[in-house]
Amino acid sequence: MATTDVGLREGSSQAGQKPVVNNMSIQVATVNGSGSQSSNTVLLRSIFQMGVPVSGKNLFPSNIAGLPTWYTIRANKDGYIARKKEIDFVVAMNPETAEEDVMSVAPGAAVLYDEPLNLSRLRSDLVFYAVPYDKLVAPVCPEAKVRKLVKNMIYVGVVAKLLEIDVAEVEKAIRKQFAKKVKAANLNLAAVKAGYDYAAANLVKRDPYFIQRMDKTAGKIIIDGNSAAALGCMFAGATMVAWYPITPSSSLPESMIDYMKRFRIRADGKATFAIVQAEDELAAIGMVVGAGWAGARAMTATAGPGISLMAEFAGLAYYAEVPGVIWDIQRVGPSTGLPTRTSQGDILSTAFLSHGDTKHILLLPCSAEECFSMASEAFDLAEQFQTLVFVMSDLDLGMNNWMADPFKYPEKPISRGKVLSKADLDRLGGFARYEDVDGDGVGYRTLPGTDHPAAAYFARGSGHNEKAQYSERPDDFERNMERLNRKFETARSFVPRPEVDTGKSKIGIIGYGTSHWGLIEARDQLRQEYNIETDYLRLRAYPFTREVHDFVKQHDRVYVVEQNRDAQMLTLLKMDLEAALHTRLRSIAHIHGLPLDARSVTDELMTMEGK
Amino acid sequence: MATSTPDRPAPAPKINRIGLAVLDYRGGKTTLCAGCGHNAISERIIDAMYEMGVPPERVIKPSGIGCSSKSPAYFMGRSHSFNAVHGRMPSVATGAVLANRHLIALGVSGDGDTASIGVGQFIHLMRRNLPIIYIIEDNGVYGLTKGQFSATADMGSTLKTGVINDLPPIDTCAMAITLGATFVGRSFSGDKKQLHAMMKAAIAHNGTVMLDVVSPCVTFNDHEGSTKSYKYMKDHDEPLQEVSFVPAFEDIAIDYDPGTTIDVTMHDGSHLRLRKLEEDFDPTNRIQAITRLNEAHEKGEVLTGVFYVNSKAPTFVDLLNMTEEPLATLPESAVRPGREVLEQVMEELR
Ligand SMILES: Cc1ncc(C[n+]2csc(CCOP(=O)(O)OP(=O)(O)O)c2C)c(N)n1
Ligand code: SF4
Ligand SMILES: [Mg+2]
Repeated sequence: MATTDVGLREGSSQAGQKPVVNNMSIQVATVNGSGSQSSNTVLLRSIFQMGVPVSGKNLFPSNIAGLPTWYTIRANKDGYIARKKEIDFVVAMNPETAEEDVMSVAPGAAVLYDEPLNLSRLRSDLVFYAVPYDKLVAPVCPEAKVRKLVKNMIYVGVVAKLLEIDVAEVEKAIRKQFAKKVKAANLNLAAVKAGYDYAAANLVKRDPYFIQRMDKTAGKIIIDGNSAAALGCMFAGATMVAWYPITPSSSLPESMIDYMKRFRIRADGKATFAIVQAEDELAAIGMVVGAGWAGARAMTATAGPGISLMAEFAGLAYYAEVPGVIWDIQRVGPSTGLPTRTSQGDILSTAFLSHGDTKHILLLPCSAEECFSMASEAFDLAEQFQTLVFVMSDLDLGMNNWMADPFKYPEKPISRGKVLSKADLDRLGGFARYEDVDGDGVGYRTLPGTDHPAAAYFARGSGHNEKAQYSERPDDFERNMERLNRKFETARSFVPRPEVDTGKSKIGIIGYGTSHWGLIEARDQLRQEYNIETDYLRLRAYPFTREVHDFVKQHDRVYVVEQNRDAQMLTLLKMDLEAALHTRLRSIAHIHGLPLDARSVTDELMTMEGK
Repeated sequence: MATSTPDRPAPAPKINRIGLAVLDYRGGKTTLCAGCGHNAISERIIDAMYEMGVPPERVIKPSGIGCSSKSPAYFMGRSHSFNAVHGRMPSVATGAVLANRHLIALGVSGDGDTASIGVGQFIHLMRRNLPIIYIIEDNGVYGLTKGQFSATADMGSTLKTGVINDLPPIDTCAMAITLGATFVGRSFSGDKKQLHAMMKAAIAHNGTVMLDVVSPCVTFNDHEGSTKSYKYMKDHDEPLQEVSFVPAFEDIAIDYDPGTTIDVTMHDGSHLRLRKLEEDFDPTNRIQAITRLNEAHEKGEVLTGVFYVNSKAPTFVDLLNMTEEPLATLPESAVRPGREVLEQVMEELR
């Protein structure tokens, strides 16, 4: 705990102890399937409604019920929402992990536990609070069946009392959580009150942590990245979704189903979309390719194993030049890996997904806002460049709750790219599908069903000439591949540009995706604790734009921070940068599957700086 | 002048009901082997599409990979084609039909493409009853990779090298019927009349048509010992019915004897007439169809004809309840909800 974060507060409970206000990490340890998700969300929302920046990260097992789960809420007045390594406040609800949970925290942390677990015997350097959950739950919840679920809401009440969270905010959060289920809301509210009253009557505050009202969340929303992406795709005009369930991507199409049913059914009851649960990822991408070829705005969402299966079709789409959007909500590989942990491990394999000289446009969202806005960009780019666009999200972004500014309505009209209509064909007489008419590498296409005798062309994955005719001629092949490359080069100036903060230092940091949140905090730590200034570039797309080259040129050392073992983005950068710049790149890589925290980056960067 | 012959009007070119000549249904010159069964099937497709007066611009020709899957280049050049990847034509076709529900999909596959690498997608296509004509050009071997056995090769059939197939064949027709396809039949590329009639009925059907067409590979599987050769088919072809087809637009009442002929009214009002060659075979009875196919295997017959028709089952397009206007061409106003929708959702998330 940095001492600079401690503010003075009246009525501090323990002599000599300075209160720590709006700066803590609360970890709730429960059992998967015990219904703790609602309680955690309510706690998160309550703090959010108090105006304090928050983030919630669910560390869950690949299991439906019975295995340990941890949920970490970070409240931070300065707006740091990355995972924090140190835990300040433990809510130990899981008997199986309770001892380990207690043993792993730093001295001074607070622990709230179920009385029979008798955890206070374990350490003398922590603040312990015992709560007899079973005794408290019985009177508020006569129905024994749901006690297990309601029990979790009791800790929310206790925590609210201890941290001084306004109960009115908790009630509001509960009403929101249970929306139309008034009975359930009342039951849960009673549980909160039971916890609150118990704490008021029996617990003496001995930890320094407090939540105090601020105004840093006014107008903001809370949403997970997958729902944000789903909304983004709906507003991007997606018309065809084919998907196959896989963690952590499933909630994207599932949330899309909900939104589309609400907002994309016309007055006559007809849907302006088709959503199909395919038999596997091969079929999902196949449907996307078929639909994209026929003119739909088609998409799928998957994770690493699905990406691997999609390889052959990705090459077909690249070569036959078919638009489509693929969301890769990255999780830890190789193979099944850690299906419920986060990673940025699919960068290289996706950039070049499929055999032969294949390469794809990647977009790299870091926030819920970008999951929303990049959806439109992805569809526009896909149709503009008649190719697949991969949006590389990850589990941390996709499945966790994020604070976000309200999404901005897409102002740019939908761009459908170069499509010739019947009228165009009447005027032109005919067309050559793969001819580079405009010098940008992008040919004109027609959609099946266009009512003109010269509209048809033969899409294929085999060698073809400009007229889409089968050809094995070396010159045809070469010309076509070079045009495809030209198209990729054109895309360079159309993809989202990086976010750059430069001109202050000889040390540069390059990051992307969710690493961003740990990185901005690490930069502040470096400045405040070590007096080291850094410059920063956040990549937002592949192919890399001009700014990326310039940034590396401007810095003596560039740390490329990423969540994979093999420095995949750094490798991709090397392919693009002139050889003389390669030695400037250094890798800071994390592969433990937990969201990147600032402290690890700061420590590693300092070591690499030789300090 | 007096000696000159008077001008005689040239004979009017034959045209179909939408004013197109058969030439408008032709494609590029075939590069398949002379005598390959697949070429004959292309011809039957051309004839049927021409006679039915199908606008070629509304047709799409998705295919997989193989000699068979190449054939869409050799018919209907005015229709869009997608020669996709091996065994995955069903998913491409599904996507395309959902993008534009008014397209008429004619998918071409091979026995390798369907029954081996693509069997998963084949199964799920049949389940969905997507409106599509799915043709398997079935030669019992992988033609394009030079003659290895496919999964439809009969037990005991031999390769040219003498290798004997010792695994049982997959009956794609029995499979299609079990799974939910609504028009299932088998024919032979050499039976012009039967295939022609079945192809026209296929065009009239709304739902998944699965036609397994035995189509000899003259280069790798037309020898003595093969059960997919021209000769073997001539000897063992066991037609269930005499198939004929009366399109709705022809509006001529052709008499038939209900005692010997089954009349199936198709989705578009046309009639499939099946003159029974076997006593009580009823092509609307799924169970009977499957039983009869199993019997044929035991007897060593190659049963051909229409095995199963159901013209009333809802299709995948019906189930999805999509707008009449193709998804592909919906305007921005139809696919991007208004600002107030975003504002409403944001409010819910606050
Ligand atoms: C993924 C993949 N594996 C293997 C092949 C090689 N291959 C091309 S065609 C073919 C078999 C085609 O057999 P079939 O579908 O029966 O068509 P036919 O040539 O007999 O008409 C194979 C295995 C391929 N193209 N793609
Ligand atoms: S190899 Fe066989 S299947 Fe292929 S074109 Fe020749 S005859 Fe036809
Ligand atoms: Mg074959």
